Amino acid sequence: MQFLIDNFAALTVTGLAIGAVYSLIALGYTFVYGVLRLINFAHSEVFMYGSFAAVWVVMVIGGHPGGSIGQVIFWVALMFVAAMAMSGLVAVLIERVAYRPLRKRNAPPLIALISAIGASFVLSETMGLREKIAGWFGLDDTLRPYVNNSRNNVPLPSIIKPQGVFSIQGYEVTNVDIFVIVGAIAMMIMLDQFVSRSRLGRGIRAVAMDPEAAALMGVNRDRVIRVTFLVGGVMAGAAAVFYLLKIGSTRYDVGFILGVKAFTAAVLGGIGNLRGALLGGIVLGLAENYGSALVGTEWKDVVAFVLLVVILLFRPTGLLGESLGKARA
Amino acid sequence: MSTSTTPTRTSRPDFKGRVSGLPTSAKIVLWALFAVFLFALPLLNIPFITTADSDFGGVLFTVSTYVLVALGLNIVVGYAGLLDLGYVGFYAIGAYVVGVLSSQHASLPWLVAVPVAIGVAMISGVILGAPTLRVRGDYLAIVTLGFGEIVRLSLINSQWLNGAQGISNIPRPPGVTLFELPSLDWSSGAPVVDLDNTTTFIKFGIGDFIPYYWLALVVIGLVLLFDILVKNSRVGRAWEATREDEDAAELMGVPTFRFKLLAFSLGAAIGGLSGALFAGKAGFISPDNFILLLSILFLAAVVVGGAGNRWGVIVGAIVVGYFPERFREFAEFRVLVFGLALMLLAIFRPQGILPPRRARRVRRADEREEHIEEGLPDA
Amino acid sequence: MRSTLKLAVPFAVAALALGACGTKGGDTTPAAGGSGGAKVCDQKIGMFGALTGPNANLGIYIQNGVNLALDDYNAKHADCKVALANYDSQGDPTQAPALAKSAIDDKKVVGIVGPAFSGESKAAYPLFNEASMVAITPSATNPALADNGWKVFFRALGNDATQGPAAAKYIKDTVKSTKPFVIDDASEYGKGLADIVRKDLGTSVVGNDTVQVKQTDFSATVTKVTASGADAVFYGGYSPEAALLIKQLRDAGFKGTFVVADGVKDQSYIDNAKAAAEGTIITCPCVPPDVAPEFQKAYKAKFKEDPNTYSGEGYDAATILLDGIGEGKDRASMLDYVKNFDKKGVTKQLKFDAKGESADVKVFAYKVEDGKIVSVGEIK
Repeated sequence: MQFLIDNFAALTVTGLAIGAVYSLIALGYTFVYGVLRLINFAHSEVFMYGSFAAVWVVMVIGGHPGGSIGQVIFWVALMFVAAMAMSGLVAVLIERVAYRPLRKRNAPPLIALISAIGASFVLSETMGLREKIAGWFGLDDTLRPYVNNSRNNVPLPSIIKPQGVFSIQGYEVTNVDIFVIVGAIAMMIMLDQFVSRSRLGRGIRAVAMDPEAAALMGVNRDRVIRVTFLVGGVMAGAAAVFYLLKIGSTRYDVGFILGVKAFTAAVLGGIGNLRGALLGGIVLGLAENYGSALVGTEWKDVVAFVLLVVILLFRPTGLLGESLGKARA
Repeated sequence: MSTSTTPTRTSRPDFKGRVSGLPTSAKIVLWALFAVFLFALPLLNIPFITTADSDFGGVLFTVSTYVLVALGLNIVVGYAGLLDLGYVGFYAIGAYVVGVLSSQHASLPWLVAVPVAIGVAMISGVILGAPTLRVRGDYLAIVTLGFGEIVRLSLINSQWLNGAQGISNIPRPPGVTLFELPSLDWSSGAPVVDLDNTTTFIKFGIGDFIPYYWLALVVIGLVLLFDILVKNSRVGRAWEATREDEDAAELMGVPTFRFKLLAFSLGAAIGGLSGALFAGKAGFISPDNFILLLSILFLAAVVVGGAGNRWGVIVGAIVVGYFPERFREFAEFRVLVFGLALMLLAIFRPQGILPPRRARRVRRADEREEHIEEGLPDA
Repeated sequence: MRSTLKLAVPFAVAALALGACGTKGGDTTPAAGGSGGAKVCDQKIGMFGALTGPNANLGIYIQNGVNLALDDYNAKHADCKVALANYDSQGDPTQAPALAKSAIDDKKVVGIVGPAFSGESKAAYPLFNEASMVAITPSATNPALADNGWKVFFRALGNDATQGPAAAKYIKDTVKSTKPFVIDDASEYGKGLADIVRKDLGTSVVGNDTVQVKQTDFSATVTKVTASGADAVFYGGYSPEAALLIKQLRDAGFKGTFVVADGVKDQSYIDNAKAAAEGTIITCPCVPPDVAPEFQKAYKAKFKEDPNTYSGEGYDAATILLDGIGEGKDRASMLDYVKNFDKKGVTKQLKFDAKGESADVKVFAYKVEDGKIVSVGEIK
């Protein structure tokens, strides 16, 4: 307990940073759930592909630690573009290959989960076997730096050196911490505005609220669903960049655990609810850190799940309640 | 829109019709022959079916634990409609109760530990279910997923359970040595009785997994019998009503919560039983045996086979348990191919390989409705 | 009853056909073999470990080493090659027994490299032992494995009980740490090692923590370390987590010494931790130059990357078996051959004691300097 009080600031800041990443990934789950009422199990791989795109683009342009401020901004911007494009693409691809055929066949919702699990295996193994796959096309030597060690961690070339900006309670809050927290929250606000103001956003809300009525009103459901996946994917891509800046490397199977955490965050906040995802992610990030401080790091995940159960007992639809439509997102 | 009418296969109803037309005595003979075939399967070593790269008896045992687990999970997912992503938790509890009672902290014989394991798993099902079954649908999925992880992490972090080292020297089931059974050898193209490669009936040893497979088959038979009896009773009908429309069921006087809890704890008990069986065969258990991925594979077995249809679920379990072992020649592409297979199965058999009768009825009704709605925008 | 008859007839026919085909075995002549006989070709050695799935990287590094040893052997014995049989356990103790059985049933398999992990070792060794199949593990370091009385158990590297005290000694005497902090990854390897270090360091330990394999965010642990004012951190675990952990520790301003063990000794640790890896002390029961230069060169030429964790041990374990095959040993006679083996390998002098442990294990300390792992001498 004393430890928690003494290091409250440090635990809070780092918890917020990882929580912000959970939030951004959780958005993808929440978005898809709101519109389709299904758990997009393959969303974790969307994140993973985004993280690889971000690493590769920095490798291609040759990012290095000594860049000037302008260069660093340029590199980070490119990372965002690459990761968001890749993640958006993969998300739309998953929708097209794993979900749309099922929707066309009126499949029960549970089978969509299986299809998504299959897609998740295929996607992560493809990344894990990229050296072999590149070898089929005779590209493994050309692409050597990108496919080497395909089952191991791949580092992001260091481009920002974390530096203390100000300190609270003896903890130096670094530029990376600030960028991740502020950036992620800004992303969420932008998305929130998109959903509540834009025409497409209205379409999404309409489908989430009542698909049949929306269809009668002339909303193209397939298009809305595609946009939903795209937006969720783009957010996962952004999350991948923030994650890389904070953690520094990625791996073909990095998505699984983060996906479980982010999904927990989405449910915690109220699945299908955008602001719920933000709140859920941050609560989860903080709870993990405070929990680790109180009962020991080995029980960190246990704390997170126990918290989830307790919250669901008292608020059966999450902290902020369900529904993309009703919560006036 | 696109009413995909899968061509109704003509052969199966025909075969089914022929079989159900048989007199009872003939049916019994058929069943008995089938049972003998199942028991003889690991000895027959039929080419193509037999796994080349892993011991067939061992694989069959693994497949039969999948079948057992799938039958248990089917009660939860298929009959009661509760999405459970943490089923491996009960499996782990069953195995660890046996481990603790027979090796780690006491030395009870395996047979005594098994009923305790079933009981503890069942009680843990009630403890988990009582507060959480009030949350609905997908929330339950994440709560159960959390439960599975809590169990696994507690196993890793608990010194009392020997942490990541796991529990060794779990005693085997008791056996008697009666006689030797030869196996078949197909290496020359035609079957030859191989007297060098025999299995002792019924000795539960280290190097021969076939007796464990036989034991598992017997247990599966008992569980199936239990499953049929329960499903056809008032309880089965209450589950069906709850799954289809919980509010309506409640209004009709079905105590839905109690029936859901019953399904959950029965499922947990069967999960515990499978775990106990596994511990008896493996002799060594560690938290690595009970990873989250296993829960997902168990669920895949149930859904791929056809949730709600016990025969379908058995087929699904065979697909999930057997195919990755059979197709080891894909080597490092094994998991990728398995993922592709899951996707293809989902897309082309969305109701499962053998859908429950009810689902087939619903599907027909849906198609009729869609036919009427033809012309509306896709909804 | 007619239909029953229809079905019953094929069964009867099949039964008769089987009877007609005759039987084999069951007589008193023993199976062919014995070292005195003619030279037997197309024999195999088995590689037992995780080759797919989440733990695949360690298994693949070992397999690469084994493949290299096979290449060497087959180049010299082009007329009588040895093949590799892979037993991909995915590191899962559940799959291990059936795989072990199938290796035993394949009469051409003379010996096994593996199992790679301690968990699957516990599940597979009883079977190997019963079948007298030699299995040399290149990577399972749990000390208790040697206490099971398995006569076929051999370990091509030092166990945690030799390395742990050396690591503790180094932290005490050379790093001169007064406030060490000990972290483990809750795995059998990492925790086993860290517990020995904790015991040996005694009361000077200022803090303990446990992380999980595959964890990537260590912020709570980092806070604990920095708050404790530790001047050294020992981490028991593997390189993926170690790289992320030291990086996050350095980012948070940790200035002390980072001490790790052989599970971290590979190039990917430095690639991932980069500048943060500088100055890391790595203890390892392997002789410098830890990886013989020729081995390193050959490995890089074949796999286009540096040898990784346990690649050298995999190479050595395979070499022992292949040498035995070269001298005409079969499965039965291999056991004595390995017991009496005494040659220099790429990682150490390859010789086993009565329990199957590597005899005369010396623990060396290595240091990361300018992105290279260099030896700083034996820990005595």
